[in-house]
Amino acid sequence: MTTKYASQDFKSDQEVKWCPGCGDHAILAAVQKALPEVAEILGYGKERFTFVSGIGCSSRFPYYVNTYGFHGIHGRAAAIATGIKVANPALSVWQITGDGDALAIGGNHFIHAVRRNIDLNIILFDNQIYGLTKGQYSPTSRLGTVTKTSPFGTVEHPFVPGEIVLGARGTFFARTLDSDVRLTAECLVASARHDGTSVTTVLQNCVIFNDGIHREYADRNVRDERTIVLRHGEPMIYGKNRDRGLMIDHENLRLKSVKIGENGITEKDILVHNMENPNPGIHMMLVNMKFPDFPVALGVIRAVKDSTYDDNVREQIERSRQHPVCSCVDDLLRSGSTWTVE
Amino acid sequence: MEKQFIETDDVVIRFSGDSGDGMQLTGTLFADTAAVLGNGVSTFPDFPAEIRAPQGSLAGVSGFQVHVGSGEVRTPGDCCDVLVAMNPAALKSNAHWTKPTSSIIVDSDLFTEKNIEKAGIKGADIFESLKLTDRHTIYAPITTLTKECLAGSGLDNKSVLRSRNMFALGICFYMFNQPLTCAEKYFETRFRKKPQFIEPNKLVLRGGYNYAASVQAIPNTYRISVSNPRKGVYRNIHGNQATAWGLIAASEKSGLPLFCGSYPITPATGILEELAIRKDLGVKTLQVEDEIAGICTAIGAAFAGNLAVTTTSGPGLSLKSEALGLAVMAELPVVIVDVQRGGPSTGMPTKAEQSDLSQALWGRNGECPLIVMSAQSPADCFAKAFLAAKLALEHMTPVILLSDGFIANGSEPWRIPSVADFPGIKPPTVPEGTAGYMPYARDAERLARFWAIPGTPGLEHRIGGLEKDFLRGSPSTDPLNHQLMVDTRAAKVDRVADFIPEQEIIGDSGGGDLLAVGWGGTFGHLYTAVSQMRAEGGNVSLAHFNHISPLPKNTESIFGKFRNIVVCELNSGQFANYLRMKYPRMVFNQYNKVQGLPFTVSELVEKFNSLLSK
Repeated sequence: MTTKYASQDFKSDQEVKWCPGCGDHAILAAVQKALPEVAEILGYGKERFTFVSGIGCSSRFPYYVNTYGFHGIHGRAAAIATGIKVANPALSVWQITGDGDALAIGGNHFIHAVRRNIDLNIILFDNQIYGLTKGQYSPTSRLGTVTKTSPFGTVEHPFVPGEIVLGARGTFFARTLDSDVRLTAECLVASARHDGTSVTTVLQNCVIFNDGIHREYADRNVRDERTIVLRHGEPMIYGKNRDRGLMIDHENLRLKSVKIGENGITEKDILVHNMENPNPGIHMMLVNMKFPDFPVALGVIRAVKDSTYDDNVREQIERSRQHPVCSCVDDLLRSGSTWTVE
Repeated sequence: MEKQFIETDDVVIRFSGDSGDGMQLTGTLFADTAAVLGNGVSTFPDFPAEIRAPQGSLAGVSGFQVHVGSGEVRTPGDCCDVLVAMNPAALKSNAHWTKPTSSIIVDSDLFTEKNIEKAGIKGADIFESLKLTDRHTIYAPITTLTKECLAGSGLDNKSVLRSRNMFALGICFYMFNQPLTCAEKYFETRFRKKPQFIEPNKLVLRGGYNYAASVQAIPNTYRISVSNPRKGVYRNIHGNQATAWGLIAASEKSGLPLFCGSYPITPATGILEELAIRKDLGVKTLQVEDEIAGICTAIGAAFAGNLAVTTTSGPGLSLKSEALGLAVMAELPVVIVDVQRGGPSTGMPTKAEQSDLSQALWGRNGECPLIVMSAQSPADCFAKAFLAAKLALEHMTPVILLSDGFIANGSEPWRIPSVADFPGIKPPTVPEGTAGYMPYARDAERLARFWAIPGTPGLEHRIGGLEKDFLRGSPSTDPLNHQLMVDTRAAKVDRVADFIPEQEIIGDSGGGDLLAVGWGGTFGHLYTAVSQMRAEGGNVSLAHFNHISPLPKNTESIFGKFRNIVVCELNSGQFANYLRMKYPRMVFNQYNKVQGLPFTVSELVEKFNSLLSK
């Protein structure tokens, strides 16, 4: 017996306190749009959803969703979420994090959560800036970014979140835009369907401290030409006229963006997206595509089946309980070598 | 001819050798044998942090001291009656732990020029150099004789040499008139899957025993008398094992699954290992990526309704500080076990100290009270771990339980209790269907907030590290609300004093000349020192604390009954300073030692006598 939910059911009574125009509002809308569908697919009542966050603008998120929620400390949401999921595998656990929270202070927990493939749904808001502390560079800020703590431009190379996820042997990675509520919701539903750690990066706009950082490819007027939405089993075609596509440049073993109809290229030459390919080679190339040389890859890039940590923990316990050495604590205390004083 | 022996009621044996010589096992087998016969036993492993330091070097010396007595034994003993030193380095490192009347057993085959040089001993006669000429020394060619025992056994040279420790054990068994059966039974179990090792070990053990019986080197043999121990079923137990089992017992009693998120760290790792093998009892253990993840996974598990635990040692507790604040703010039950070691920083990982007390009490940002308690002996870790879990769950607060390397690795015989004899544990969980749940509404008696477990319909709520509204738990920066919450969190911990036993005095409950005050793992030494002095008419009593925050309610009145108080601890005075803060008008003398070693009974007696004669 599953309750049918509407978006409204996942809104809490708390006033949403993000800046007007912040990309977070759209992500919240996308989550509230996705949750009724997720609840239906999983057959879960909303009491089985738990949102966990760290610190940062995005981490206020759990207060705005009318489910169980835990607002943790900076960088540690992945560890807290891991504890929740292993303690109670019946919950659908969602982690809300940002580029600083997940990839700077929380980098260690992030990669290990991904490596373990614990069944968490991580939504990583990537605005390439620290917003809550008012505008310092983040681990995803582009080289040379001028901020309050890098007045002469940053001198460090940024992370590509997808590359980290794949490097940590991630089984699910998706990327979406804050302003594309429908695509975000689609990615989140796919994330919920996936058993294991799923990371969905949302390219998010900080209207105050990093306004327009994703504009050159996310702007509605150019989005079709400068991004590609990948769908499993479909050719990697993009462009307003669907006349551009991706091929392998066999000579250099990398991707190339081509125009269909030019140089004898037909639709048949275009790569077909296989998100289930265990080999992460093509996925790695896709997550690393950068504008202007390539369109920015969106949609579910990788979704590979593998055993999950929480299932493995549960199975070990179930197996041990079938043939217990001790079946209660009194047994345990009397296990091994004992002697009796009469 | 019947064997002649001298009755004794107290003996201390120290086994020492290279880290790879198996001294820990040798000592354990001697201890187990005595315990099974009904003797009181206490053990103290003293090993280096290096797993295998260069052979024959001082850094690689590993020791294991066993104290066997006819009645109850509370300490591993100060100095030993018998020292087994497998090589010159072991002899040098342990020379100062031998009584003037002691016997020393050495493997004469290993007292070569090269090894003596490695140990850095100068002079032609090493016993003279080490001022041991008055000790009775038994030069046994242990290596040669072990090889002879195993000639034709088919074992390779490495395996042969590895069983030398059993030859030494055999000699000791003969000296103390102990049976070989317990050790033989151990070989049968230990080598069940490698049966080719069972007979050789038995052969070498018996070889050592027979060697001792046939040579003239051993002037006297002893029998350790047994006084009437309490009836019951007994076992030997280590502190870390007892801690793990106490937590599992609390899980069974409360009906909540046990969750432990931890990162390996000496000397706490044994708890995680002990929990990890108990999947048959449903224990979930996560060896996570770091100390912070250890406590954060535990906090997550507590939020999700498990009995949540993390285990660590000093440096790890430092890393957990911020998350401890989160657990205090979220008012979730989490047990943090800190098995203290020598600090600061990496310090001395394998040596015991009590220097994390201040950190446990205050090492967090903000006004951040929680329960701090300690365990006083290896077996006591069981009861205290159980109690820590009970208090955490019933009062909805993190609890830091302080153990230390000495009691964690030490062992003692334990009269096995029945779980039925332990009190029930009733956390304030909120049943499904409760209307109008407020996450920070509290029970009037304890001030514990009510615990709504995710997955329960109708109780959805959000909590976290931001200051909370007094009832709703939503974020609040209201000044008066903050004051109220700070006061309430403190009052909640203070009220725990209504639920813990009053402080006991061992000795004169009406007061007297001197009160020795201690806490945690020093109990055995303090108790022994005070008992010894009292047996000789000394006017000294002991108040040994295990509830530190909050203190038992009668603490101040106890202190008021004594003319003189001395606070003894293995740090520079952290508990003494805490007591001064709590009771500013009282005078507290201090006796401190920070050497990575336990107190000795004799130094305590000396200190107490000097205070009494003032």
